[in-house]
Amino acid sequence: MRYGTLIAGLGALVLVLFAASLLIGPAALGLGDSLGALFAGRGEAAVLVMREIRLPRALLGVMLGASLGLSGAAMQGYLRNPLAEPGLIGVSSSAALGAVLALQTGLAASFALALPLMALAGAVLSVLLLLLLAGPRGSSLTLILAGIALSAFAGALTSLVLNLSPNPYAAAEIIFWMLGSLGDRSFTHVWLALPFMALGWVLLATLGRGLDALTLGEDAAAALGIRLARLRLVLILGVAACVGAGVAVAGAVGFVGLVVPHLLRPLVGARPGRLLPASALGGAAMLLAADIAVRVIAPGRDLKLGVLTALVGAPLFLHLIYKTRREGL
Amino acid sequence: MVGQSPFRRVRAVLRAVFCAVLGAATVTAAGAAPERVVSLNLCTDQLAMLLAAPGQLVSVSFLAQDPMNSAMADAARAFPANRGQAEEVFLMKPDLVLAGTYTSRAAVSMLRRLGIEVVEFPPERSLDDVRRHLRLMGQVLGQQARAEAMIADYDTRLAALRADPAHRPRAALYSANGYTTGGNTLSGEILAAAGFDNIAAEAGVPAGGALPLEVLVMLRPDLVITGARYPGASRSEALLDHPALAPLLAAVPDAPATNADWVCGTPYVLRAIEGLVAARKALEDGR
Repeated sequence: MRYGTLIAGLGALVLVLFAASLLIGPAALGLGDSLGALFAGRGEAAVLVMREIRLPRALLGVMLGASLGLSGAAMQGYLRNPLAEPGLIGVSSSAALGAVLALQTGLAASFALALPLMALAGAVLSVLLLLLLAGPRGSSLTLILAGIALSAFAGALTSLVLNLSPNPYAAAEIIFWMLGSLGDRSFTHVWLALPFMALGWVLLATLGRGLDALTLGEDAAAALGIRLARLRLVLILGVAACVGAGVAVAGAVGFVGLVVPHLLRPLVGARPGRLLPASALGGAAMLLAADIAVRVIAPGRDLKLGVLTALVGAPLFLHLIYKTRREGL
Repeated sequence: MVGQSPFRRVRAVLRAVFCAVLGAATVTAAGAAPERVVSLNLCTDQLAMLLAAPGQLVSVSFLAQDPMNSAMADAARAFPANRGQAEEVFLMKPDLVLAGTYTSRAAVSMLRRLGIEVVEFPPERSLDDVRRHLRLMGQVLGQQARAEAMIADYDTRLAALRADPAHRPRAALYSANGYTTGGNTLSGEILAAAGFDNIAAEAGVPAGGALPLEVLVMLRPDLVITGARYPGASRSEALLDHPALAPLLAAVPDAPATNADWVCGTPYVLRAIEGLVAARKALEDGR
């Protein structure tokens, strides 16, 4: 398949799913009413539903999915390891810990940007630790082991903080921070996350050439004029900004960054630079589809996004491990 | 459980509870008034504090001292608090323990095995249950006269408050996680007594359940009554700050919130009804 066709196709898929996300919801608005409310502002209550409830949710779906797909593709390209995924290796859970700390200490209430900033800080710390532990080549074993340890540690601390909260609802929200949800998110959350995510997208988008060169090995990449230390720093900041901002508003949704790059890699000729935009679009499509599915399968019950992405992602993960073992890597 | 108990009085009181719950007209209280009463449940705490003689009540649950949930938090601070653990309660040497039918199941069965009499009260589900439970608590504590006086007062004040206006505004009880409460509950009856129609009926929620924000916005209630907010942050409560809800909440700026007066079936529900009646009058004036 030609690269241009692939990107156009994925873009069209995202558009269709975005429209579907806007039109599906418990309020059972007709097509005409929905569009009239969204574009022309007809019907006071319907306008609130379309513009304040469904639009931010659909936008966040696109933003979060693109961020996760992009981060996964970038990390896999840098570590040259198909198992690198923000959710699996503890970046998401560390970001969740940062977000929960910001909320429970009251920092986020006095200074709104503290929420994404703290999540970003959590993500930066975890990526730094991972790169330190797993080394630049990121052998599968050390990467996964370090990721499991980080995930468990950050998850335990998140649970502890929520259990100690004076708020009786907080402890029940451990599941939100672990599995993620876009339920009842508003434009407040869109505006909180967007600047950080946009920064992350720009940073990661600049990595294409460097990641392509890295496929030849570090020495060859350095010979091609790629400054590896700089590439590494940009990667860490880009992933942290994307994942941190996403987790701060929607919890830790796993497997998107694993599944999407894996599915699209053969279609872009296994070139990491080309995989970046394709993965961003693919991630947005997958997240929108998952968010539509949670509303269709169990309306009104706030089924978590991570449940669906894990249902698709876990079998694929097992397949990857099986393949990795067979190839003796 | 009942059959295994060797104590006749326990059976007699349990039978009394059973009869009272079924609404039997006459119940005979068993034995003399208990002298050391320990209550493990937020609602029995408050009923007991209202009716017990000085010195008769030894301890109430820690929840009774929490102003978020207890209408009598100040009064409860005069009593040592318990956390419903069998061991701590046993050491208080009670001759009667009051519990809710859903409270501390393990502690209750342990205390029964240790030979302590336990009377269980089901949660109050209606304004009528308030009357019934006051009477039952009076019998259990041997304070029948005080209970009857309180019931008479409750009936008079409730009758005076109960409103059936020509135009009933539509209200929604909407709390954390989008939980709404329907008509067949204590909160639902409080709302109805104050002259409101409950939007949960239109949404097809008879008792309680999640009401998606979209559906609430489309139903456009005249008044949205949210829950009082707890300290600390939670995503469940953050829903109440959603911009789509803001226009509905702004309709009645100082609308009452469901607070400690709504939690238990005590005469304090009258205070909740009073607040709602005032809100309804404010709505009428603003029209």
